[in-house]
Amino acid sequence: MIYTLIPLLPFLSFIIIILLGRNFIRDKAHFIAIPAVATSFLLAISAFMEVSNGKVINIDVYSWIVSGDFNVSFGFLIDQLTAIMLLVVTSIGTLIFIYSVGYMHGDSGYYRFFAYLSLFIFSMLILVMGNNFLMMYFGWEAVGLCSYFLIGFWFHKKSAGDAGKKAFIVNRFGDFGFGLGVILIFLTFGSLEFTQVFGQAGILAGQTINFLGTEVDLATMICLLLFCGAVGKSAQIPLHVWLPDAMEGPTPVSALIHAATMVTAGVFMVARCNPLFIMSPVAMNTVAIVGGVTAILAATIALVQNDIKRVIAYSTVSQLGYMFLALGVGAFSAGIFHLYTHAYFKALLFLASGSVIHALHDEQDMRNMGGLKKYMPTTYKVFVIATLSITGIPFLSGFFSKDEILWKAYQHGDLGKFLWFLGTVAALLTAFYSWRLIYMTFHGKFRGTPEQEKHLHESPPIITVPLWCLAIGAIFAGYVGIPPIFVEHGDKIGEFLAPVLGHSEGHGTHAEEYFVIFASIFVALAGWFVAHIMYVKKTDLPQKLGTMFAPVHKLLYNKYWIDELYSKTLIQPMLKASEKVILGFFDKIVIEGIVNGVPAVIASFSQGIRKVQTGLLSNYGLVMALGALCFVGYLIFMG
Amino acid sequence: MNTLSYSILSWTVFLPLIGVLVLLFMRNANAIRWTTLIFTLMTFFVALPLLTNFDKSTHLMQFVEKSDWIPSWGINYFIGIDGISILFIFLTALLSILCVLVSWTSINDRVREFHMAILAMETGMLGVFVSLDFLLFYVFWEAMLIPMFLLIGVWGGQNRVYASIKFFLYTLIGSLLMLVGIIVLYFYGGKTLDILALSQIVYPLKMQYWLFLAFFAAFAVKVPMFPVHTWLPDAHTEAPTAGSVILAGVLIKMGAYGFLRFSMPMLPDATKFFMGPILILSIIAIIYGALICFAQKDFKRLIAYSSVSHMGYVTLGLFTMNTQGVEGGILQMINHGIITGAMFLMIGIIYERTHTRVIADYGGFAKIVPWYAGFFIILTFASVGLPGTNGFIGEFLIILGAFKANKIIGVLATTGIILGAGYMLRLYQDIFFQDPNPEYEATGKHPIVDINLREIITLVPLFILVFWIGFYPNTFLEYMHASVEHLISQVNYTEYAGQENLIAKFISEIF
Amino acid sequence: MVPLNWYIMLSAVMFSIGVFGFLARRNLIVMFISLELMLNSVNISLIAFSHYLQSMNGQILVFFVIVVAAAEAAIGLAILIAYYKNNPTIKVDEINLLKG
Repeated sequence: MIYTLIPLLPFLSFIIIILLGRNFIRDKAHFIAIPAVATSFLLAISAFMEVSNGKVINIDVYSWIVSGDFNVSFGFLIDQLTAIMLLVVTSIGTLIFIYSVGYMHGDSGYYRFFAYLSLFIFSMLILVMGNNFLMMYFGWEAVGLCSYFLIGFWFHKKSAGDAGKKAFIVNRFGDFGFGLGVILIFLTFGSLEFTQVFGQAGILAGQTINFLGTEVDLATMICLLLFCGAVGKSAQIPLHVWLPDAMEGPTPVSALIHAATMVTAGVFMVARCNPLFIMSPVAMNTVAIVGGVTAILAATIALVQNDIKRVIAYSTVSQLGYMFLALGVGAFSAGIFHLYTHAYFKALLFLASGSVIHALHDEQDMRNMGGLKKYMPTTYKVFVIATLSITGIPFLSGFFSKDEILWKAYQHGDLGKFLWFLGTVAALLTAFYSWRLIYMTFHGKFRGTPEQEKHLHESPPIITVPLWCLAIGAIFAGYVGIPPIFVEHGDKIGEFLAPVLGHSEGHGTHAEEYFVIFASIFVALAGWFVAHIMYVKKTDLPQKLGTMFAPVHKLLYNKYWIDELYSKTLIQPMLKASEKVILGFFDKIVIEGIVNGVPAVIASFSQGIRKVQTGLLSNYGLVMALGALCFVGYLIFMG
Repeated sequence: MNTLSYSILSWTVFLPLIGVLVLLFMRNANAIRWTTLIFTLMTFFVALPLLTNFDKSTHLMQFVEKSDWIPSWGINYFIGIDGISILFIFLTALLSILCVLVSWTSINDRVREFHMAILAMETGMLGVFVSLDFLLFYVFWEAMLIPMFLLIGVWGGQNRVYASIKFFLYTLIGSLLMLVGIIVLYFYGGKTLDILALSQIVYPLKMQYWLFLAFFAAFAVKVPMFPVHTWLPDAHTEAPTAGSVILAGVLIKMGAYGFLRFSMPMLPDATKFFMGPILILSIIAIIYGALICFAQKDFKRLIAYSSVSHMGYVTLGLFTMNTQGVEGGILQMINHGIITGAMFLMIGIIYERTHTRVIADYGGFAKIVPWYAGFFIILTFASVGLPGTNGFIGEFLIILGAFKANKIIGVLATTGIILGAGYMLRLYQDIFFQDPNPEYEATGKHPIVDINLREIITLVPLFILVFWIGFYPNTFLEYMHASVEHLISQVNYTEYAGQENLIAKFISEIF
Repeated sequence: MVPLNWYIMLSAVMFSIGVFGFLARRNLIVMFISLELMLNSVNISLIAFSHYLQSMNGQILVFFVIVVAAAEAAIGLAILIAYYKNNPTIKVDEINLLKG
């Protein structure tokens, strides 16, 4: 029961800060928020210890909704998968809270920022700790809410408000599927509890469901609906559009929510539902293909972007694609492994870029940077570490996890070979744009204003210490998953997760595995090399290539025009229909026409006969007398 | 079955009426406000023992009081409550208190008459929910219209006369058809107007068909269902804040309550026959109401149209006729009363300061009135059904029920959730984000101050309920379980039940 | 003993005068008096019949009529005075607020 405190502490911190922040706490908000999340971290370690001794904690706190045969509890499940997520969320959370003390210093919404972050940690913990689908949905929506608050943190900027709104609504599209999936699961299994649903996942075999007159495989239906949610939350194609815009939020938010934790919720969810997904090869292949395609498309967009945070955002989308690729080929633990290593090096990339942005007073365009190496040595060092890690240079964490994914994909039949190819190409692109980022930011000459140059400085320790902590993670986090080919039983994390995620059996030879490893090392170095040539040796080359392949450059620079496509085909027509057709025509003319028309007809009829009312008393008297006369006459003569 | 020694329901219902009489002899405006507040508070506290003494295990009517009224016609003063009506009693009592509080400074014209109208409304509304005699029900049902008509027509906005007459005629036409239905029931049911007795009778199919339509006319207008919803935006927009709150919070719930209390148990076969069309109308209302919100330029009107969408969920839930749907529907009625009631309160609060309802006139209010913005964001997310708030529980149960009844309907109902997020967040952004409208900046010529203590006291009970229902809905669901199960069994087991060709039989009987 | 016919004739004559007065005159007060005349003519015939038929019903009815007439006169004159205060005229030709 003590573990209910893990989400509860950040929640209490949120309540206290939001209620008292404006008038009392103000810039001391971190004194409440940081201890809360740090204590959660310690409790998470303790939970991890308990779980690694083979114990699974599953407690129902109270019964949440009861209606007929529908019964859902407010309860928590801590198993191996949750334990890892808990560690990731609370450890990175703690570091980012500390970093934010420096980064957000002096902001007028300082207390608000810590309140929202605490609420986010609470929501994320609910998401990963819930013991049933509805709890997960609760956390799922709640992190979306926090994301909305934090993206729109600087709400006086129109772009920030727009981005927050966009993130929430695009996610709603995904949740639409997720919600229906949850309902379908309840109608199929009669329960939403993970243990019960997964326990009887076998009954899905061969079942179909009639939808729109066609028989659809039930398992595929459920999994694809759930996957809709994952696509939205983890910014996979075609719902990836919100994540780059989400960079409007403060940088610590980008690091925590839009790199390390919330966006990986989709990966977590698919991994959590692995017993369902393995029932449907179609759904698995969909997951893998969506992941693979996202990995490569996002990477191509990242090649030409100039906003430092957007490059990293597209990189995140691409890396999330990797994770889905892993899940789709059945390597669930590889996906979670990459989630875990990615959390460190991607958070590091964001925080380091935040340090840069901070030093340049909110400049985010890389074209106005350059030569920062000598001003910000620490930031430069950690940036390089993170980049080495993400590009998969051997013996840093990114290498182990990315390699496992590619190797698992390679073993997965013909589709797997294709996916491996996508993944490897994406790795090449990743290496290129990551180094391009470094060269444009830290090498060469400073291209900003002299005013900015005067103020260039290394960030204070409150910022650099968390960076170093994350850098240690970015180097060593991968050592829990060394491929067995190097060290017998090196894949500790895979074995740890096996009770939840199962083993994915491979049947490749050692020679093939070495081929995959060396291929990925080769592309990592190749990408680095090309970037080095283009941005250090021959700096006019990017310009030339840009004009030579102008249409391609334009296509990539404009992100395949997907935003514009949605705007033209969905949003504008809907707004127009709402204004012109529904309100203007149907409501105002058709319905109101009838409603006001009937009285109008009656009124025009009465216009004619109202003349009878002269208003003169004697006329009325005369008519009355005549009437009486007629009546009497009738009685006398006819009666 | 009344476990209390005194007639608690009569006291609850008529206490506000006593208040009206007391107000007749008062002149001082502040004294009138305090007296009204005390009477509404007393009504609420007098009703409280209902909650503790309620027996949740039975569907039977409780706290029943029955005495002769017009014995020669078999008409009784017959009141009682079950698990469906009990929650509405408290919703009504609570919202009445808040209405008095929110009108404290905004109503300065004809103060006494205004408060008399509010108290008279309260009696009328409570009466509707407790009546078990059709004539009594009809009297309350119609009596309620008059104070509402006056509230809109006297204390309303610019276009108040048009709105009030439209409201009155719309509802009156529906009610008159219901009256015809009641008379038919009276003669067919052996000259009784006892609702419980009439629910036991099996009516011939053809009669059910016409009776259902007659009742439908009254209830659908009240809900309001598409396409008879157009009185609602006008009435809501023009009404004073208290009027909007009562309209949105309680009045439009009566239509749905009527379906539950009369149409479904009395006319089960017709209910099944009309289930399909009503589900479709509900879906249209959900999507239509949501889409139309995107084109609204008036703050209050937008919320009014969103009510059409939300009430679409209610009727959808009720007519799925399974436990989750009906319980979700009832809960959603309460939720809508809380959320939209609170929204209208908040609109009233800001209107008092800015004297505009045009969305484009606002902007940047998060900076000007931060506490207000904080309260409003909670409502926004409750309205879009975020888990942890009451909106989620209702909508989820309804969609679950709808999906059970028909998959396509379930899927379509879910689209409303996306649209809901769309227009509510747009509204929030337009009002609270970006740079403040210079005219309303705190230093400008109309200084806008944040909400004061009285307003916070007005809002807090509703916000507590938002989270209470969101995190522990069982407190409320428990009351309705037995009654809802009974209702569903009533709909499902009739003379004609189990006949596969019910619809064909219907058609052959009628045409 | 005066025969019934005479009473009836008196009543008829009074009634006709009343009707004529009501229709022909334009002064509201006079119209009121004509109205009273009609009512009283009816009273006469009622009493006459009552006496002739030896039944008290007619006389009871007369009491009702008197009460109604009194009430009517009171309300009518009150309205009249109220109206006169606003529009200083009691000529019916000039009173046509009810014109449709």
